[in-house]
Amino acid sequence: MQLLLEQLINGLTIGSFYALIALGYSMVYGVLKLINFAHGDFFTMGSYIGYTMLVFGIAAATAQFGPWTGMMVALVVSALGIALVGILVERSAYRPVYRAGRLPAVVSALGASIFLQNTIMVIWGPRYQAYPAELIPAMRFQFGQISITLLQVIILALSFILMAALYTIVQKTAFGSAVRATAHDRNTAALMGINFNRVILFIFTLGPALGAMAGVMVGMYYRQISFTMGWNYGLKAFTATILGGIGNLPGAMFGGLILGVLEMLGAAYISAAWKDVFVFLILILVLIFRPTGLFGEKTAEKV
Amino acid sequence: MAPLLSMENLVIAYGAREVLKGISLSLDEGEIVTVLGANGAGKSTLLQAVCGLVGIAQGTVTYAGERLNNMKAYEIVLRGISLSPEGRRVFPTHTVEENLMLGAFTRRKHTGEIAAARERVHALFPILKERGRQLAGTLSGGEQQMLAIGRALMSSPRVLLLDEPSLGLAPILVKQIFDIIREINKQGVSILLVEQNAHRALGVAGRGYVLENGRIAAEGPAAELKSDEKIQEAYLGGAALKKRPS
Ligand SMILES: Nc1ncnc2c1ncn2[C@@H]1O[C@H](COP(=O)(O)OP(=O)(O)OP(=O)(O)O)[C@@H](O)[C@H]1O
Ligand SMILES: [Mg+2]
Repeated sequence: MQLLLEQLINGLTIGSFYALIALGYSMVYGVLKLINFAHGDFFTMGSYIGYTMLVFGIAAATAQFGPWTGMMVALVVSALGIALVGILVERSAYRPVYRAGRLPAVVSALGASIFLQNTIMVIWGPRYQAYPAELIPAMRFQFGQISITLLQVIILALSFILMAALYTIVQKTAFGSAVRATAHDRNTAALMGINFNRVILFIFTLGPALGAMAGVMVGMYYRQISFTMGWNYGLKAFTATILGGIGNLPGAMFGGLILGVLEMLGAAYISAAWKDVFVFLILILVLIFRPTGLFGEKTAEKV
Repeated sequence: MAPLLSMENLVIAYGAREVLKGISLSLDEGEIVTVLGANGAGKSTLLQAVCGLVGIAQGTVTYAGERLNNMKAYEIVLRGISLSPEGRRVFPTHTVEENLMLGAFTRRKHTGEIAAARERVHALFPILKERGRQLAGTLSGGEQQMLAIGRALMSSPRVLLLDEPSLGLAPILVKQIFDIIREINKQGVSILLVEQNAHRALGVAGRGYVLENGRIAAEGPAAELKSDEKIQEAYLGGAALKKRPS
């Protein structure tokens, strides 16, 4: 029981990373029907920007004002920086090829991914880098037999706030409604007076920013980061997107959380080495029985 | 006085295929003008060209003294032209109310104006008020048509473009829709109406154009078009056929 509950908490923690990254895949796919392969690298680059901020940029600030300020500054700078990278990648790699159809865009996305990965390697070097230790006090909360670290609480709370904020923007605001309308029917959305380029700007800033913040949190959680980690996290997050139903935001969030929990349960009860096999097996089973994913598009449409 | 909306020698092509081959057409302030034509004649293409959804190969579209060529669709809506597209195109997973609010997207900073527009739309289509919170995809076809027109009116347009508003509706509803079109026009909106139901369309319109093979085959006051034998034969159920000796 204790193992189960602790694995559940561990699973939700890494599930939050997957969920935050998955939202970026899902938003871009929803509007452009494009799989943004560079998204995993936005995550990595975000993690490295956070690393630079914490180790060099604001070490003094951290010493002065305490770890909280340092962490917040690292998160915000990383999010803003990667939002800018997101816009630049969209302008240079995607916008010129939208008209050419889907396949060229996919190839261009792969190219952008390789380019970003190499850029990260050139800037920060090919070796592992380590986030500072003890950034957050190593406190533990004890609930009966289960213990949860302060860092896990922070990660879970922050992820929840970010996801709730995005959900609220997309579901409750006029612009969010416009984004959903554009995802559904681009031409008719244009007839409503919705500027497509604004919608693109929205998804290519918020998606990368969320991925970047996940990158900073991964750095704080595992401490070690590498320039290739975007592939692994990207693949998992993309799997989460498919699991939840691509293009569906709550689907991406829950898909990520479910995937994280499954992975940790698989690691605990089956075998740590086979946890990924377990995860993908579940994915295959879900897709056999629900090809549109767990939260696949509502079928209110009249055809 | 210059017309509110006009097209001059408009040529539209999909790839190498010219669909409109030099169309000139005008709509004056306060008018209802109808465009008739067989399936595939290019009627929807014409409306989409005005809205900026298809590129213009040659010719010009002018609205209130301004050239619309090369303008983006969203910029054209901002200027006061609104389209209710063929096949309704409501947003199925948005509620009825959300669909209406999307129609008012260009006016979103002007809450008072939106409230007035919503009131007008609810008065024309009471069902939309009743079903405000229903998902648009679950409305019946007729209700969706009302929503599409209502949504187009939410931006308080000067020109309303209607693409086959009576398509697939029961006869009672068809009559109701045409009454509403007349009512909208009375409220000061100029209307360009594309229709298959030539009889009804010529009933509400002041003037009409007939599109054939990408060109205008006939134009004139609605009453004249109605009594034209060729038009009767092609679009008014072949009344002229019966007169032929067998
Ligand atoms: N996106 C497109 N690409 C290629 N051809 C198109 C496209 N849209 C329309 N066409 C062609 O252009 C012609 C005119 O189409 P349009 O939809 O304007 O006709 P319409 O008069 O509205 O017909 P209907 O009464 O059936 O709605 C048709 O032959 C159609 O096949
Ligand atoms: Mg048509």
